[in-house]
Amino acid sequence: MTATLNQTETVAGTQVMGMGAYRPDVIVDNEQICQWIDSSDEWIRQRTGIRTRHRAAADVSVVDMAEGAAREALEKAGLTGEDVGAVIVATVTHPYQTPSAAAAVAHRIGSTPAAAFDISAACAGYCYGIAQADSFVRSGLAKHVLVIGVEKLSDVIDNHERSISFLLGDGAGAAVVGPAETPGISPSLLGSNGEKWDSVSMNGSLIPLRDALARARETGDAGELLDPETTLWPTLRQDGPTVFRWAVWEMAKTAQKALDAAGITAEDLAAFVPHQANIRIIDEMVKQLKLPEHVLVGRDIADAGNTSAASIPLAAHRLLEENPELSGGLCLQIGFGAGLVYGAQVVRLP
Amino acid sequence: MADKNEILAGLAEIVNEETGLETEEVQLEKSFTEDLDIDSISMMTIVVNAEEKFDVKIPDEEVKNLSTVGDAVTFIADAKG
Repeated sequence: MTATLNQTETVAGTQVMGMGAYRPDVIVDNEQICQWIDSSDEWIRQRTGIRTRHRAAADVSVVDMAEGAAREALEKAGLTGEDVGAVIVATVTHPYQTPSAAAAVAHRIGSTPAAAFDISAACAGYCYGIAQADSFVRSGLAKHVLVIGVEKLSDVIDNHERSISFLLGDGAGAAVVGPAETPGISPSLLGSNGEKWDSVSMNGSLIPLRDALARARETGDAGELLDPETTLWPTLRQDGPTVFRWAVWEMAKTAQKALDAAGITAEDLAAFVPHQANIRIIDEMVKQLKLPEHVLVGRDIADAGNTSAASIPLAAHRLLEENPELSGGLCLQIGFGAGLVYGAQVVRLP
Repeated sequence: MADKNEILAGLAEIVNEETGLETEEVQLEKSFTEDLDIDSISMMTIVVNAEEKFDVKIPDEEVKNLSTVGDAVTFIADAKG
């Protein structure tokens, strides 16, 4: 007779128990940006809503920023690293293909031997992470899961190009997901559209750089590596109008579906925190979703710039700091970006 | 064939709503970027609103070819058949 297997005991409800943020010290204003591209403070503010962006110093890593945000989230949740069963880091800028940033973060915060892995879902990464954390806790795989969205985008930009680099900042935001008596995380909507794979992407892989280095070593001529016209270190580019159109009109529909899946309407929301890509995307989404006036909208982009996977937890954390009465309120969050990929859910704010 | 004057008037209303430009400013020979100072992001908002108003599809790759108001009116008229 075949033996009967044990399976994990499931948990009915999950919630976000605490959030944390790490904002690096270096502040880059629009005047500085205009040293690199032909623009003006007024133009950048009008077209993007960005006044400043935070960027990390050379000696501050993705893991450092993630650790900072994680420690605050644990403290706010009333937990320690030992309570964490899984660490999920959403990032596209950890500069090692392996090992993961998550394993290093888990070790630093005292969570070893927690499960630890990174996910690459760009600006949707945090919402993907919350979806996985929700599944981990409800399936009984882990009791508490730490989700961190972190980026050091300043490592993968070209200050002299004008499609995306001037929008981007660095930072980290974190959330602890754990069990709850009443549901605190709605069904997540996750998706992709690889047809638009190149509408936000790196302008190349690292392979040409490897080959150019090999040639330079062989010939003793480093000319190709030093030529400013040759961009061997891959940096980000985007097709702004295409992304804008997709982000506003397709993502507004996705956000509405997330509300429907949660069984609520916009009237029930206390806050709306979309990915902080561009203030015009945020404003247009608010219009499309016909959000009532009482819904507070995350507009952290003005000071933080676009921080990809970190933008939603950073903006939510700031809303909570500035409006403590939001605690316990419902927040619609939606991330969207390179892939193209998207993720959305409603969470009860801690 | 759809009436081009009606399309122009409808398009002018959309442009007015997005940019605040007077509807009389929106004339066939005007360039969206050069004359009306409409950037690529506002152009996308105008395109999506035009799709809805005139019940036509204007693909992303087509938007780049619509440099004047007249180009847009002709495209919409042809798309409506």
